[in-house]
Amino acid sequence: MVTLQLNRVSARYGRRPVLEEITTPCFQGGQVVALLGPNAAGKSTLFRRVLGLLKGEGKVIISGTSAEHPVGYMPQDTGAKAVLTVYESVLLARMQGRGLKVQAEDLTQVDRALEELSITTLGERDIGDLSGGQRQLVSAAQALVQEPEILMLDEPTSALDLNRQISLLTVLRRLADERQMLILVALHDLGHALRFADAAMMLENGRLIACGPTAEVITPALLRQVYRVSARIEPCSKGQPQLIVEAAI
Amino acid sequence: MTTDTRMTETAVTDRLSQGRAFYHSQVFRRQMILAALVLALFFSLCIDLALGPARYSLGEVVAALFTPDSVSQQARIIVWEIRMPVALMALVVGASLSVAGAQMQTILSNPLASPFTLGISAGASFGAALGLAFGVALVPAAIEFVVPINAFVMAMFTAFLIHALSLKRGVTVETIVLLGIAMVFIFNSLMALIQFFASQEAVSAVVFWTMGSLTKATWPKFWIALSILALSMPLLARHGWALTAMRLGDAKAESMGVNPRALRLEVLVLVSLLAAIAVAFVGTIGFIGLVGPHIARILLGEDQRFFLPGSALCGALILSVGSVISKIIIPGTIIPIGIITSLVGIPFFLFLVLSHKKASW
Repeated sequence: MVTLQLNRVSARYGRRPVLEEITTPCFQGGQVVALLGPNAAGKSTLFRRVLGLLKGEGKVIISGTSAEHPVGYMPQDTGAKAVLTVYESVLLARMQGRGLKVQAEDLTQVDRALEELSITTLGERDIGDLSGGQRQLVSAAQALVQEPEILMLDEPTSALDLNRQISLLTVLRRLADERQMLILVALHDLGHALRFADAAMMLENGRLIACGPTAEVITPALLRQVYRVSARIEPCSKGQPQLIVEAAI
Repeated sequence: MTTDTRMTETAVTDRLSQGRAFYHSQVFRRQMILAALVLALFFSLCIDLALGPARYSLGEVVAALFTPDSVSQQARIIVWEIRMPVALMALVVGASLSVAGAQMQTILSNPLASPFTLGISAGASFGAALGLAFGVALVPAAIEFVVPINAFVMAMFTAFLIHALSLKRGVTVETIVLLGIAMVFIFNSLMALIQFFASQEAVSAVVFWTMGSLTKATWPKFWIALSILALSMPLLARHGWALTAMRLGDAKAESMGVNPRALRLEVLVLVSLLAAIAVAFVGTIGFIGLVGPHIARILLGEDQRFFLPGSALCGALILSVGSVISKIIIPGTIIPIGIITSLVGIPFFLFLVLSHKKASW
């Protein structure tokens, strides 16, 4: 089973440190890990550091995999306007590093990724014509089609309507459960994190403030400190923890 | 299994095969378009070979091509020795400029990028003008090669200057395009300066060179240009998927495992070479590098498996048709090809862009 562990991982832009000595427990395939923190806390930077796009001190330890590129990544929406259909754009994510010839298996994986995210009907559309939410789902399909063992998604729900948010997170939960993927997802909605994630990492100013089971990370005290809100967490009638935000302070 | 589940599963399979069926039909359509372009190119080449002071029918040209012994010696010599290098040069130069433009547009994510707008053509013109006006040889060479070699050296110099500046920290693709435009203005001023000091004869030679002309094509020049094109195409094709990914933006390309900076540098060097060779041999033909790729994009989309050969074919076809038109507008006079491609090509291009319903950039 694939595992990921960060050991004193740092990164800087020029001289400015943007990640400072992040150390995590060993995350395993089958887990959904929520990456939390206010804007500019270093969430995207952490993803880029794990992918190796940024260099820095410390070690990113990925083991239990034989794949050459075990990590799939969905960056924040960039709104590209290439003359490509959705199908082509997902296929091209699949084909990176695989030679020019498209095999039947590649098309099967494209079909599967589109189906997984319920966007099969978008296949023929030009990517330039999509709404922000649709683009985000296509972007998720592009990450998924590479059959990663570790999937990292940077705010995948930010442009989605409520139905699509829940659907996408349900899909991610299922991918973790059924395919034993390790999923790291940056989220702004802490309610979603409480519901879907097994573990959470709370970042602030490039430092890891808290890391552990989601319910132990998302606490009123930490929300007051990091997000500067007063909030409480109470179980609903079905026993699931709910976040109730009272005010900004 | 209940009937309901079965129905849902059938629906799912249908939808899946629908997506794939559309993809297959799209691939087939594009293969047909490429085949049609090849056919049109052959047709245009034959007409180009038939036209000139001595006119031949298409039948005679085809006979001279495939069974040279069946036509007169004069026809054989005119078609093979005089017109063929020029006609083939049109194809290779057209293809080179168009591919160079296509990849500049791709890696810089800018619809205005081309050898012309990045200053590579202007650099070449300046090099050529130095040779034509003052006999300056930037690299020691036989007198007949001074002008093309000067042009080539300055084109590569411009390209490397842009590369060097683009490696500086904080330089974005927009800055690179701005640098290119700045180069165009600098070289244009330098050209004006040369023309101010040069003799009347030299000025007309410079002006004629900058108009672009295929008439100086010879077999050796053709083989040089062809070998550069033939070497570059597989190197670019090797990066096909990565180049397509570049159009989704650097962040997206990176997420797919592409290294945008390294790819941009490699491709920029390659296409600068392509453009420099083309411009050095035939002068400035500005329109092809800009428009060839746009027409290919409208016809074939931006999947490089089709876009790359499509750009080459569109560029070759435009220049070949331009060559035909340059011979028939005033019988007996060959108007410089650079004038024709812009004059005839731009209205055609505008028509294509304006009548195309989907966004083409």
